[in-house]
Amino acid sequence: MTPISLEAMAAMVPDGALLALPPDNSLPSVALAKALIRRGARNLRLLGVPVAGFATDILIGAGCVAEVETSAVSLGEAGFAPRFTAAVKAGQIRMRDATCPAIHTMLQASEKGVPFMPLRGLLGSDILKHRPDWKVIPNPFAENGEDPIVLLPAKQPDFAMFHAVMADSKGNVWLGRKRECATIAHASKRTLVTVERVVEGDFLMDERLAPGAISATYVDAVAVAERGAHPVALLDEYGADPAYVSEYARMAKTEEGFAQWLDREVFTPKAMAAE
Amino acid sequence: MMKPEERLAVAIARLILDPKAPPARHVAVGAASPIPAAACFLVQKLGYPIRLSLLSRRTGNPFTEGTRELFDLTGQGRIDLFFLGGGQIDGQANLNLVGTGDWPGMGVRFPGSFGSAFMYMMVPRVILFREEHSPRVFVPKVDNISAPGVSPPGVFRRGHAQALVTGKCVFRFHPDRARFSLESLHPGETVESIRAATGFDFDVEGNIPTTPDATEQELALLRGPVCDEMLETYPEFCARVFNRKAAA
Repeated sequence: MTPISLEAMAAMVPDGALLALPPDNSLPSVALAKALIRRGARNLRLLGVPVAGFATDILIGAGCVAEVETSAVSLGEAGFAPRFTAAVKAGQIRMRDATCPAIHTMLQASEKGVPFMPLRGLLGSDILKHRPDWKVIPNPFAENGEDPIVLLPAKQPDFAMFHAVMADSKGNVWLGRKRECATIAHASKRTLVTVERVVEGDFLMDERLAPGAISATYVDAVAVAERGAHPVALLDEYGADPAYVSEYARMAKTEEGFAQWLDREVFTPKAMAAE
Repeated sequence: MMKPEERLAVAIARLILDPKAPPARHVAVGAASPIPAAACFLVQKLGYPIRLSLLSRRTGNPFTEGTRELFDLTGQGRIDLFFLGGGQIDGQANLNLVGTGDWPGMGVRFPGSFGSAFMYMMVPRVILFREEHSPRVFVPKVDNISAPGVSPPGVFRRGHAQALVTGKCVFRFHPDRARFSLESLHPGETVESIRAATGFDFDVEGNIPTTPDATEQELALLRGPVCDEMLETYPEFCARVFNRKAAA
């Protein structure tokens, strides 16, 4: 598989697409989020698997997002996600609150090709009350009583997008123990992966690398984006950059501050080269 | 001089070891919970064999399938104890992590429910923890229920809140009557000061003791080996409370 450019990858994502993103502790592609902002993507629907962070907040702030489905949006230690919070308040985005295992379960149903999967818990939560697409039935296998249980529909994102450490000549990607990204890739129609580097060989021929690899079967495109997870940590390759996130959180409190941040960190050629 | 955070960690450690509560063999702790994490490490360093899975740990993360693995383990009943908080908590131990006002938090929007709607019902016990003890947090009734404190008969549920630990006191939760009772007061607090700072009604039975100080042994463990374990995952907390910085 020949890697494509980051901007070409962003061009593959049409307006209105449903994009599944991992959270800030599991390899989001911040580089691709920035490229989507530069491309001027609109009406994206984001699925935070199972929660959302930095990449989601900048996409919302840049006006790329119509809907967010996730279990929480936060900047971790840096606090509430400012553009998300402002957009909810202003009614600029549609928020579909879920709870973490429900998001995983809806993707697992898709992965198996079944129309729904059951999940325990949730009964009595207002999350369930506001999800007409989630149903409660009596457990058909219960021996005594009704035993109500929640059924969740399979969810198939248009695109999975995340950042891995490396890709090989065959288009397999390697992301170590963050194998939950495989579920997102399995469940999605297409998978876009940014990587730090491309190496010769075939990860699936290496017993040590294969368990942390996602087969090229699932990967539609690879683009090289050095430090593409920044300011999020990438396994043992580099740590998080809390100062960068704090500065963002401070600036993005206002729309003007966010616009300045966007100019400096997303639209200026220097920032593009540094990614 | 004992720091307030150290008192809270020790109070939580004692709740973990409460012989009346279901056993804590495997405890999971989330990213935003340095004080509960300190309590769990303290229990470990005191010699009790608990398995502690720190979800946000960067090196040596216990999960090779991410949080999906955490929820699958919990679904099976293989996580014994979890910690939850909330932007609002009410007298029936309902938690609101979504926001105030109309759905989905048109007053003050909080980050979201995370896994609470599942975890609260699927672990045998939960210790609620919220440092800010004020009427805006502890309300008569939460605006939105992210996770319910109790469930009607027939609804599958493994356990409930054991206790609520705050910056001012420890409450015990009684699922049979869906009410909190005052368990102990941190130094300087009175039943009246807790009433004034708490929006929900709670029970007071007999004389309420003071939350005990940490022992010399507990303090030494917290500031030494517990801090060593926590440095990588909770650097800001370790710098602030233990005055220790991770090596660059």
